[in-house]
Amino acid sequence: MAVTKLPLAKALNESLRKALEDDPKVLIMGEDVGKLGGVFRVTDGLQKDFGEDRVIDTPLAESGIVGTAIGLALRGYRPVVEIQFDGFVFPAYDQIVTQLAKMHARSLGKIKLPVVVRIPYGGGIGAVEHHSESPEALFAHVAGLKVVSPSNSSDAYWMLQQAVHSDDPVIFFEPKRRYWDKSEVDTEAIPGPLHAARTVREGTDLTLAAYGPMVKVCVEAAAAAAEEGKSVEVIDLRSMSPIDFDAVQASVERTGRLVVVHEAPVFYGSGAEIAARITERSFYHLEAPVLRVGGFHAPYPPARVEEEYLPGLDRVLDAVDRSLAY
Amino acid sequence: MTVESTAARKPRRSGKRVSAATKPQSSEPQLVQLLSPEGERVEHPDHRIELTPEELLGLYRDMVLTRRFDAEATSLQRQGELGLWASLLGQEAAQIGSARALRDDDYVFPTYREHGVAWCRGVDPTNLLGMFRGVNHGGWDPSANNFHLYTIVIGSQTLHATGYAMGVAKDGADAAVIAYFGDGASSQGDVAEAFTFSAVYNAPVVFFCQNNQWAISEPTERQSRVPLYQRAQGYGFPGVRVDGNDVLACLAVTRWALERARRGEGPTLVEAFTYRMGAHTTSDDPTKYRHDDERAAWEAKDPIQRLHTLLQREGHADEAWFAALEEESDALAKRVRESVRAMPDPDPVSIFDNIYADGNSLVDEERAQFTAYQASFAEGGN
Repeated sequence: MAVTKLPLAKALNESLRKALEDDPKVLIMGEDVGKLGGVFRVTDGLQKDFGEDRVIDTPLAESGIVGTAIGLALRGYRPVVEIQFDGFVFPAYDQIVTQLAKMHARSLGKIKLPVVVRIPYGGGIGAVEHHSESPEALFAHVAGLKVVSPSNSSDAYWMLQQAVHSDDPVIFFEPKRRYWDKSEVDTEAIPGPLHAARTVREGTDLTLAAYGPMVKVCVEAAAAAAEEGKSVEVIDLRSMSPIDFDAVQASVERTGRLVVVHEAPVFYGSGAEIAARITERSFYHLEAPVLRVGGFHAPYPPARVEEEYLPGLDRVLDAVDRSLAY
Repeated sequence: MTVESTAARKPRRSGKRVSAATKPQSSEPQLVQLLSPEGERVEHPDHRIELTPEELLGLYRDMVLTRRFDAEATSLQRQGELGLWASLLGQEAAQIGSARALRDDDYVFPTYREHGVAWCRGVDPTNLLGMFRGVNHGGWDPSANNFHLYTIVIGSQTLHATGYAMGVAKDGADAAVIAYFGDGASSQGDVAEAFTFSAVYNAPVVFFCQNNQWAISEPTERQSRVPLYQRAQGYGFPGVRVDGNDVLACLAVTRWALERARRGEGPTLVEAFTYRMGAHTTSDDPTKYRHDDERAAWEAKDPIQRLHTLLQREGHADEAWFAALEEESDALAKRVRESVRAMPDPDPVSIFDNIYADGNSLVDEERAQFTAYQASFAEGGN
């Protein structure tokens, strides 16, 4: 039986192992991904089993990691690179935005760069500065990149498989505070499309749309709202670029209300994009303006106050109440 | 003045002219030279080259044709046919010499000025002009000639070259990779990271730096306190300065560096000491920051003239041969001119092409909206 209950990090580990087994061109690259198995142990044991030639400890230089991954991809390899923390991706941002994202288009389709950039992201683990950020909008804004984030172990396993198989570069955001959450993975299932949203909980009064670490919070909020007689639907977007607007639209046209939830700052965040698109598509179905719950226009705060910064259950429920009160 | 004392000088204040006389000259022992500016063969203890007359004539022809089509491109920009052109004038020997050292299975990562290298790789000159005309961002198939697209972000391609070379080593192939960049790029973090990665993985890559003395308006003194080739030492691989206006020395030194790479001896930094005779691009105005006498000093070291002198002295070519080459140059220029003028603008809807290899719902939606919007003009005029 291929169904097992795994922590999200272990599901990623199994997915990488499968990718290395299936295709000799797949490489793992990053800082401390070898003997240590990565600071979150996502690559644990892989170097031991696949060798230093395929699971590569790199110099401590993020632009170098992504830049050489591009060169390896040009040579026919499929590198999966790990950025150690969200806040450390920026030295590689130039290579990702000016090179990785654009090479297919500027070569008129002749070059394909199947590179996966894995980034543990988000807060909630009591970390120091630069270890808790949610920079997904900075990548979703760039044409040529695909940006996804799993919320559970099954998606972690399958979405990473699909990202590795994609001929486009994929920025793979891993919800680090969910790494230890266990849920079922069926390694023989037939997965749905990488960029399709998934309805996690059905409801009739309001739609909550979230991704990554906030899906769990939204499910809890929907359960709490149900106790007060409110029927809240929860959609796991799974992909921030492209966004499955059709799924959100279909839900909103039934519920009439939408609240988008993410950890990233609300200003210019994916919630803004979803609000604008859904307002255009479903204007006459909306009973209330689309509301957003997310981070503030402030640097990610010190750990002792991060619970106030992060959109928790009460802030989501507050937005649900405000929407229903319209 | 020695190189070391030049390096130890305090950096000049910005705005002050740097004269050619303060730069290390060909008398420097570090500079590999096999053909003097006067067209005389020079002995070097480490680097020698033996070429047939046909090979010498081939190098000369490459340089002349490259210079001719480069000049034509500058004219085409002045005529409004190109939006911009980055001339390689003065750097023909560095480019032809290094590129003729390459094998077909080697791979080239150029900047946006490697027109002579492109020529040697068999990329048609008209293909280079598409991006400068604004009809594409690079119109050739990189894998057809193992010549990557021009990279405009300074230094980025040195990391791609390093990664590609890491892949070559993993494949067990004996090919080598060459990364072109300039003196300005030597300040970029990506170049430093490329040196680090290539060194620790012992990647088969040659870093070919054309030090043309100017990064737009900034002299090399703004990029480094030491001669650029000496940077390699700190990374643990050899660095060599070669007379970048000497096609024989550039060929010999690049061959040597490529052979090192093939033998598994890792990266090499070659600094080709040359001069950007023209403007940075057609949008630049060098009269704002440098003086004619510096250019004149380098004019006397012209890469084509010195080989011309050698060919005549050694009797490899007569006047008829030179005249025939002149005719071939004009024919090339005519072909380039005509094909550039005939280059059609792309279909606007092609903006949405090739953004994703696997397709994308947002791109499909925007393409459909844009197509419908455009069609609305054709339908009725209301």
